[in-house]
Amino acid sequence: MAVGQVGAPLLDGAALRADFPVFERPTASGRPLAYLDSAASSQKPRAVIEALADAYGHHYANVHRGIYELSVDADSRYEAARTAVARFIGASSPREVVFVRNATEALNLVAASWGGANLGPGDLVLSTEMEHHANLVPWQQVARGTGAGLEYVAITDDGRLDLHDLRARLARGPKLLALAHVSNSLGTINPVAEITRMAHEAGALVVLDAAQSVPHMPVDVTALGVDFAALSGHKMLGPSGIGALWGRRELLDAMPPFLTGGSMITRVTLEGAEWNEVPWKFEAGTPAIAEAMGLAAAIDYLQSIGMDRVRAHERFLFERAWASLEDMPGVRLLGPASPDEHAGVIGFVVDGIHPHDVATILDSEGIAVRAGHHCAQPVMLRYDLPATTRASFYVYNDLDDVERLVDGIRTTQQVFGTA
Amino acid sequence: MTGDNLYRDFILEHYREPHNRGVLEPHDLHFADSNPTCGDEMSMTLRLDEARERVADIAFDGRGCAISQASASILTDDLRGLTLGELRELDPAEVVANLGVPIGPARLKCALLVYKVLQGAVRGAAVGWPEEADVLAGGNAGGSAP
Repeated sequence: MAVGQVGAPLLDGAALRADFPVFERPTASGRPLAYLDSAASSQKPRAVIEALADAYGHHYANVHRGIYELSVDADSRYEAARTAVARFIGASSPREVVFVRNATEALNLVAASWGGANLGPGDLVLSTEMEHHANLVPWQQVARGTGAGLEYVAITDDGRLDLHDLRARLARGPKLLALAHVSNSLGTINPVAEITRMAHEAGALVVLDAAQSVPHMPVDVTALGVDFAALSGHKMLGPSGIGALWGRRELLDAMPPFLTGGSMITRVTLEGAEWNEVPWKFEAGTPAIAEAMGLAAAIDYLQSIGMDRVRAHERFLFERAWASLEDMPGVRLLGPASPDEHAGVIGFVVDGIHPHDVATILDSEGIAVRAGHHCAQPVMLRYDLPATTRASFYVYNDLDDVERLVDGIRTTQQVFGTA
Repeated sequence: MTGDNLYRDFILEHYREPHNRGVLEPHDLHFADSNPTCGDEMSMTLRLDEARERVADIAFDGRGCAISQASASILTDDLRGLTLGELRELDPAEVVANLGVPIGPARLKCALLVYKVLQGAVRGAAVGWPEEADVLAGGNAGGSAP
């Protein structure tokens, strides 16, 4: 990858695209694929695809229980992947990293296990108005099941968390605050370190949905000070079906299991069972073994670029896209304007044109964006929108993609006669 | 190019000035449903003839994309005078074919939202989405079962 000059993006998106076989695929438009939907799921570099094939081809057996060479090999690679995740997010020990299917499962695990054991009538949980359904519905469920209250921190008109409202709600003594590091629908980067300090002073634990931050910027859970963090492998160049929950050791130790069955026990009689140590206590059944190895390859790939440079690249693309789009008549942008508070995710609406129609016309130009409620219906409600169109950037995007997006929106307005 | 084929002038005209849009008061049948992909909601009111057998008038309401609005506008134009039994037997594939533009899997629910709302109104309860494969294959014998 090439380092750009002043004014050019830090990474050479075109050169990086050569690492991703999907970009060899022709589109019906005849133009190369402009993939602007990484916030939903990222594409996979050859290194990850090959690591998956290598895992299944040469290192595969069940983990944790084999006495033979191949199982020991699989086990050590699976556990090495855990260590890679721990190092990548600044965890103090791989024992604090639980492999799950995705961030959704990680958040469900915390809600069901920690929530089930620690919440009851009279207790309060805080979430926010900007959450993905994955950090909302599990808390609604556990609140319903335990009788605990659930409140949402408000968001401002420009898509930031309302810190005054947060302070007021923290004063009511919630036991836990569940929030996104980066909003998947607005792109907002929340000031998590500051919020965590406020929450801890009020006696609340902090559960961080890091699905949209870990893939795109340096994230250090220890420096942020949070208590739990959830991530998905498929959003960070890794395979689907693998994700991680990080949690403080003492919290994980005290929590009851989420799913039960094989691997997560030390002793089972017909009368009962004793739980294994963390993290294995939370990994019932055969896990996503090859996918964990694929995730480790994705982390290697990202680290070879450097997360600071990934963030700088996306910040550059965001700034250019925002500058072009904010001047376009009939285009309304969501989220904060400052690149310090906005990740490479731009939600927007085009006056008089439904987001689905915008996405279809962009698709006809070979541009893949997402249209809909982005699993954040309360956000849509907050801004009185049925849906939005969303463009999101990653390492393989470049200024050409940004220009095509802007041109495509102009074309859409021409087709609909609104420009 | 899908976009150009899909957004033909008559589709855009129906989108800008949909036929049969609004709420009939009073009405005999009413139903509302939504497209889970985008959250678009559509409601429908029908007035029946004196024998309560045939559609005397029909209107739809709600906001949505060009495809869902045009599909509703075009379909509702054709339903006056039909019996409730005929509405039940409506083939979802025909609803899509009547649009006259290529509808792929990505936009099928948009085109079929009006069908789903209509079936809900006629049957008095929400019906499931028609099987995508059946509709894209160009039709099945009857309407979808609730």
